[in-house]
Amino acid sequence: MRAGMQEGQADPGLYDFSPYRDRPPFSWPDGKKVAVWVSPNLEYYEIDPPANPHRKSWAKPHPDVVGYAHRDHANRVGHWRMADVMSKHGFPGSVSLSVALCQHHPEVVADANERGWEFFSHGIYNTRYSYGMDEAQERAIIEDSIRTVREATGQTIRGWLAPALTHTPRTLDLIAQYGLDYTCDLYHDDQPQRVNTASGDLISMPYSLEVNDHYGFFIYNMSPREYARTLIRQYERLAAEPSGTVMCIPLHSYLIGQPHRIGAFEEVLRHIAADGRAWITRSGDIADAWRAVHTGEPAA
Amino acid sequence: MTLDPSYLEYPRRALGYDHGLYPYSALPDRKPLAWPGSKSVATWIVVSLEWFPITPSDTPFRAPGHMQTAYPDYRHYTSREYGTRVGFYRLLDAFAKAGVKVSVAANGAIAQRYPSIIRDVAEAGHEVIAHSTDMNGTIASTLPVEDERALIRDSIAALCDVTGAAPRGWLSIARSQSFATPDLLVEAGIEYCCDWANDELPWAFANGLVNLPLNHELSDRQILNVQQQSVDSYAEQMLDAHDWLSTEAEAQGGARLLPLHLTPYIMGLPYRMDAFERLLAELAARPQTWFARGSDILDSFRSQM
Repeated sequence: MRAGMQEGQADPGLYDFSPYRDRPPFSWPDGKKVAVWVSPNLEYYEIDPPANPHRKSWAKPHPDVVGYAHRDHANRVGHWRMADVMSKHGFPGSVSLSVALCQHHPEVVADANERGWEFFSHGIYNTRYSYGMDEAQERAIIEDSIRTVREATGQTIRGWLAPALTHTPRTLDLIAQYGLDYTCDLYHDDQPQRVNTASGDLISMPYSLEVNDHYGFFIYNMSPREYARTLIRQYERLAAEPSGTVMCIPLHSYLIGQPHRIGAFEEVLRHIAADGRAWITRSGDIADAWRAVHTGEPAA
Repeated sequence: MTLDPSYLEYPRRALGYDHGLYPYSALPDRKPLAWPGSKSVATWIVVSLEWFPITPSDTPFRAPGHMQTAYPDYRHYTSREYGTRVGFYRLLDAFAKAGVKVSVAANGAIAQRYPSIIRDVAEAGHEVIAHSTDMNGTIASTLPVEDERALIRDSIAALCDVTGAAPRGWLSIARSQSFATPDLLVEAGIEYCCDWANDELPWAFANGLVNLPLNHELSDRQILNVQQQSVDSYAEQMLDAHDWLSTEAEAQGGARLLPLHLTPYIMGLPYRMDAFERLLAELAARPQTWFARGSDILDSFRSQM
């Protein structure tokens, strides 16, 4: 029997060691060197969520007006501004979705679906954390995610980014058991890698915290133009290395869709689209293309 | 481990918001607005004019910019006073030079302690809006509602005593409200607040109060103090925002709002003022700019509702 995460062990055993050097290069479709995917987080934060004993949601007593209103900007203004710029330059989205957005603001979800974007689950709300859930509870949010996205969009989710990046030791095994085939929660590589799960066939999809707009603006305190230059440097380096890399641009439209930021960001998309080395695509397509090349590899 | 079963229950998971304060509205679905003179970008400057007691209160929370060291914190007490005595007058002169009328969000304590400042503001044609009593006057749901009602009443009364007119607008300290605040503001005769930065155009609460979104992301505090960027970068970001909004307004029809939130002890420093004056001149030179006070924007918005 295959083993999943080794709970309580110093090495959780998520994947096997595989150094970057000497990996066989491979091409993405049409001979492209780097797969670029844009991942808008379409989220709903509750104004008065229940408390999770392991993590506080808002910094202030509810309502945390600045925190809530900032996120709300995404669903009223930011989404369309960001999405229009993406569509203009030929970038589809792969959406990290708070699935309750399908109930609260179906307009946003429908717009993304009509643009041909892919959806994966980012939990029910970004104010409901997985910490402390038992197995039945965690199964309930996975089943809810699959059902909710299917009803709202007709799509069957393939991926998972844990709500507010909160996990349990069984999350990866469970999503693999439900047939999901990629996780965005592991940051150990610039290429997809197989994940050790008790069943199923799960790969890690390179997402990014380092070039996430939230990190750019609030961890590294970059100006809009500095963030744009950072993305271009990230792209140029990955495109120059041996073929077969992945670059993800994770976004929140309440950040990147602000009027002082979106113009600089548009220049990044213009640059990548014009370069010619990028396969501009969605996360599920990257998983398929990677598997087509790496079918023979054992799932450890 | 297990969580209480209620953690997986979602009683407010339904169409629209999980609260009834205001209705949902997506910007692209709204009837386009137009500003006077066919200008596409209302450029709204709000200056916070604040008095920080050297004895800070943490109830319900300590205001941003408040005292930081052990008592007595001369360094922050006097630096904030510098903004009021010196920096604010630099800003007033800059506004006069550029021909800009602004909204000044003043603590009641400013009117009580320094009434000549409030008179200078009013005589220059700027608008005075209410901004709590002093910087110990923070609001959150943990503040008893009777205390919040009194705080709002006292803030407004202190300004009225000097200007002779009731302020139409309100800005909470740190934009922090309780669930009761919108109703208490209406009860006190306030017509608009600036606290909810969830949009880029005015909108109305369910109770009729209008919100003019004063985007905290575009504030001098956020960009210069929190994110530690230069004033040159700040000015570039404001111009980038203005350019984007005017282009968007032209492409999609309608009008946009660019809010600039200023703090005298942050922007009014000698080494920042030249860059800020150049920014004002560049904004004034753009044909799309409508420099407006909050009440001007409110009146225009209401006439189109």
